[in-house]
Amino acid sequence: MASFGNFTHAIVRGIPASLVQEALRSSLCQVDLVKAQHQLQLHIGTLKDELGLQVVELPADESLPDCVFVEDCAVVCGDTALITRPGAPSRRKETKAMKSALQELNFKIVEMKDDTATLDGGDVLFTGREFFVGLSKRTNHRGIEILAGAFKDYPVSTLPVFEGLHLKSFCSMAGPDLIAFGSSEPAQKTLKILQQTGDHHYKTLILPDDAAANCVFMNLSGKGQVLLHCTPEEYPNSAKVFERLTDHLLFPVPNSEMSKVDGGLSCCSVLISKTGS
Amino acid sequence: MTTEVVSEAEVKKEPEKADEQPAAPQQDAEQESEQPAAIQDGDTPRTASPQTDRKSKEARGLSRFLPPWLKRQKSQSRTEPSEDHEDKAPMEEQLEAPPPEEVSPQEAERDESHSIGSADTQPAKEEKGEEFPERIGDGKEEEDLLESKAGEKEDEPLKAEAEAEKSSLKPAKKMKTVTCQVTLLDGSLLPCEVEKRAKGIVLFVKVCEHLNLLEKDYFGLCYKDHADQKCWLDPAKEIKRQIRNCPWQFAFSVKFYPPDPSQLTEDITRYLLCLQLRQDIASGRLPCSFVTHSLLGSYTLQAEMGDHDPDACCLDYISEFQFAPSQSKEMEEKVVELYKTHRGMSPAQADAQFLENAKKLSMYGVDLHHAKDSEGVDIMLGVCANGLLIYKDRLRINRFAWPKILKISYKRSNFYIKIRPGEAEQFESSVGFKLPNHRAAKRLWKVCVEHHTFFRLVTPEQPPKARFLTLGSKFRYSGRTQAQTRQASTLIDRPAPHFERCSSKRLSRSLDGVPGLGMDDQAGATSLGRTPGEKNGRDPALELSSDSKSKLRVQGENIYVRHSNLMLEDLDKTQEDVLKHQASISELKRNFMESTPEPQPSQWDKRLTASPATSLRLRAQAAFEEEVPSSSLLSSTVACTTSVPAAEGAIAVGSPPAAAHVAEKALPRADGPAYSSNDVGKTAEDKQKSDTLEQAEVEIEETVVIKEVRKAPKVEVTVPEVVVTAVTEKEPEKKPGGEAEGRGGEGVTQRGSTSSDSHSESEDEAEYHPQAPSVSVDQIKELPEEEEELEVEAQPLEAEPTAASPCPTTEEQEPALKDEAQNGHPESQSPQGSVEEDEEDEGEPKLNGDASRAETEGFPQVICCSEPPVVKTEMVTISDTFAAQKTEISTLEVPIVHTETKTITYEAAQVDGAGDSEPGMLMTAQTITSESLCTTTTTHITKMLKGGVSETRIEKRIVISGDSDIDHDQALARAIKEAKEQHPDMSVTRVVVHKETEVMEEGKD
Repeated sequence: MASFGNFTHAIVRGIPASLVQEALRSSLCQVDLVKAQHQLQLHIGTLKDELGLQVVELPADESLPDCVFVEDCAVVCGDTALITRPGAPSRRKETKAMKSALQELNFKIVEMKDDTATLDGGDVLFTGREFFVGLSKRTNHRGIEILAGAFKDYPVSTLPVFEGLHLKSFCSMAGPDLIAFGSSEPAQKTLKILQQTGDHHYKTLILPDDAAANCVFMNLSGKGQVLLHCTPEEYPNSAKVFERLTDHLLFPVPNSEMSKVDGGLSCCSVLISKTGS
Repeated sequence: MTTEVVSEAEVKKEPEKADEQPAAPQQDAEQESEQPAAIQDGDTPRTASPQTDRKSKEARGLSRFLPPWLKRQKSQSRTEPSEDHEDKAPMEEQLEAPPPEEVSPQEAERDESHSIGSADTQPAKEEKGEEFPERIGDGKEEEDLLESKAGEKEDEPLKAEAEAEKSSLKPAKKMKTVTCQVTLLDGSLLPCEVEKRAKGIVLFVKVCEHLNLLEKDYFGLCYKDHADQKCWLDPAKEIKRQIRNCPWQFAFSVKFYPPDPSQLTEDITRYLLCLQLRQDIASGRLPCSFVTHSLLGSYTLQAEMGDHDPDACCLDYISEFQFAPSQSKEMEEKVVELYKTHRGMSPAQADAQFLENAKKLSMYGVDLHHAKDSEGVDIMLGVCANGLLIYKDRLRINRFAWPKILKISYKRSNFYIKIRPGEAEQFESSVGFKLPNHRAAKRLWKVCVEHHTFFRLVTPEQPPKARFLTLGSKFRYSGRTQAQTRQASTLIDRPAPHFERCSSKRLSRSLDGVPGLGMDDQAGATSLGRTPGEKNGRDPALELSSDSKSKLRVQGENIYVRHSNLMLEDLDKTQEDVLKHQASISELKRNFMESTPEPQPSQWDKRLTASPATSLRLRAQAAFEEEVPSSSLLSSTVACTTSVPAAEGAIAVGSPPAAAHVAEKALPRADGPAYSSNDVGKTAEDKQKSDTLEQAEVEIEETVVIKEVRKAPKVEVTVPEVVVTAVTEKEPEKKPGGEAEGRGGEGVTQRGSTSSDSHSESEDEAEYHPQAPSVSVDQIKELPEEEEELEVEAQPLEAEPTAASPCPTTEEQEPALKDEAQNGHPESQSPQGSVEEDEEDEGEPKLNGDASRAETEGFPQVICCSEPPVVKTEMVTISDTFAAQKTEISTLEVPIVHTETKTITYEAAQVDGAGDSEPGMLMTAQTITSESLCTTTTTHITKMLKGGVSETRIEKRIVISGDSDIDHDQALARAIKEAKEQHPDMSVTRVVVHKETEVMEEGKD
């Protein structure tokens, strides 16, 4: 628990041009590829230069339009990396590169071999104490079971996702025992269930915009608590809420283009802690 | 006063009985061993025997504890009516040993209790006990025994109780000893000699002594029952009665896993906990990751082997250790790698580290139980220090922390929890789960109660004054809580005891021998079947009852579904929707509840009418009837009325009281009232306070399925009611009418108790938790496995029946009620129960009597209003809907449940004119509920003016839910005595006992 968020590595992946036309999305927005790539570079720059993480950059694959969203491909905790079976069939091959990257980092790899199981990393909320996994369009019960089998030390609770793509489309960790949640009704319903089901009583940070509740928390040695969050340009009200956090080192990171294809800040990286065991 | 004296005498009596016992049992034992069948025969002849027999019959059980004057009444009244029911075989069968000669009332009593109580039952017990040692592993004999026992039991529940009591009284010297095999945590076997009748604690203490363990509260002994289910040995109860005919084999295990083992005082305690956890891990019960397995394994090595020896090749021996259910070479290497890093760590430190890591595991200390949710989906319920966890496969799908849980209950194989509403919620919701069988439900319930008490409470719930509350002790955790044991541990002042750490190598091998490891055990529960003996042992009557039961079942199912629905909705709907929906459901429920069928007098009444003693009878009956509705419990009602005056009254119905409910009404003399009422009031307050302090009231009732088809005439009447009750809430009001009749002046009695919960939706629960109004909104009714109600009503000796006008209504109503009831009830006995049930379901008018309002206001008039059948119909519809889904389940259950209902009423002769019922003023309607796990006490105080004289009437209602193992007679006796002690200047005028028993497949739990 003390080491929660103490990341040392990040795995990211480039944006293929095919994202503009072919990436899955729930709305009909036009993505500006150049702008998107620029924003990703800012993001990676923050991880690498500002925060000092070792960043593993996987090359974009044009045949995998959504491949930039690496978070969905793997769940890493302790010495184990679970390679997921993404809910969207078009994304299943994204895991290959991720798997080899994690193998190189000496993780114990667990794969979802069950053809009926699906799980997107975007549905997995790890609090440092336990897992909450959203039952969403992309993640099913069987997938979560396999996750539970992979991380036996931790309680794994399922949460309904009433709206949005993933569980983390409206929530994420924003600090030790602090969970950011969107204020929409579906998000709040999920929060209620989380609070009931969880082992621990978590503090919550409620944000006016669901999408803004997707942030990236780290607890880095030498930097303390770090939070990557939305910019005031995108979500002015939510940004103000973040700005009130005094314990955190705040990094607003633009994400407007990615969000057009349902990508949150957390989607763009798999954060890894190699310090411990 | 008379009463005082009497009660004293009673108390003294007990020891004497114990002494005298030996004789009777032996005789009986002989008889019994000859032929099980003989029992039946034996009974029949007795039935025919003259009055004396009858007397003795009555004397059995309840009567034994009644004051002599009461007794006399009883026997008198008895004479007449009983003649009429020659045909009531079941009832008559209860008659037993020849009556003792008439000596002084007291002596007679004593004799009766021996001869009667012990007659048939005792032998069985005896024999069984003696055979035990040899019997292990010998199934045949057991079957026979079971048969004979079962046979007895059916017609003689009382006997069983008497038996229970006797056994507890038995002089120790007589006992033979038995050798128990106790598997210790290190896998070794410890033979332990205990007396055959020793309580669980005796064995447990022996084992702890052997282990040199002081912090023993975290531990317990478990055994496997017939179904191979792991059960905890209750320290407070006899071993033999718990394990029944299972072998005397036990496993010493951790019962309560301390959330923070570092707070344990002694290393030896931690060591034992480590051993348990190693078992848990090796068996897969405590899953962990590769890394954790390795880490824990490395601490195990450090603790057992000391520092890693670089010269020795650990890998050779290391595979003999079991670090995981299945371990790879890789894991062993990892273990050794980590092991090397522990150099310098003492064994105790290694244990501590082991525990620090193990305690974080998600399944640490979680006791899993198989269940199904409302939709029939397989889930697991996990009980732990913090609450109740719900798992589907390996995933946690819900969690109910103890503070969130208002009530825990089970009814047959259903397990319910009532959830405290959230900030934004208005209603409590209840969640129901289906367990494989009744035993499983009960086991889960007990584990919950114990965990809640141990981890959540500072002290075990203790009935403040009333000793009789402890009756239900069976269900409550009797040991120390974690807080207490920690406190006590600080006093431990001894040098750290030396103990040897034995290698876990051995441990892993011995696992097979350890009973009760792992969840797999529980898997077997489903397949649990009745033992042949039990099956055979049932008699026709019981079989019949099972039919009627099936109907009950259905109702139960409905409840189950309904509540679970609430839960589902919670999750799926917005808050508003949920509220709306719940409101409508609540309304439906309320309607449903209110449409209480009226109690129906049966042949019993008719019989009574015909007999000379009729008038008294009627009164009793009336009271009885009222009682039933008011106590929504699905219990059979036994009403006993005791009159203070020595005058001989009629007391008649003798059926076995299982003390569950005691309502006491006392009219103090003129000077008395203030005192008593204050007193009671205070108590009530205190209790309520204490309740509030404790966040969760663990209440659980076991429901004993009931329905033996009536042995006593009254019982029959009850049956229908019972059924109804399930659906109904309790209506207190009815009582008033009955009392008016019976008592003359006291028409006013209000059943305040119920009123507080009148809205509780739960079918039976009403009586149990009156105290917490907030809670009551949606209460689920729990049908206690055994519910017994005792009502003791005390009237002032000098009550003056001045006819003050107010309530003519009452009287009028009574007849009406009876008529209705009679119409409704055909004379047919046993089968009838089922029929009636059906009728009720259909929403016949008679069923819809609504008594509830009366309570509130304390006006008798309101007592019986019939509500339009429509309401009921609605409910039925709903039920059907759900029932459809549930069909499968209920079908399965049908054969399993047997319900027994018994009602006994003892009523004192009325001192005051019966005619004038005045509407008393309800001064207080206090409901005191001590939420001991198994008992609830409700007290109502009514004050009224009668012809210028102020009368105070106190009615106490005690619900004791417990296993049949509870000695109900004793409980009743204590309850009565307690009541007398509490209100010395009042007299007990009425005792009503409702007993509801549910007999599951095992039949004898």
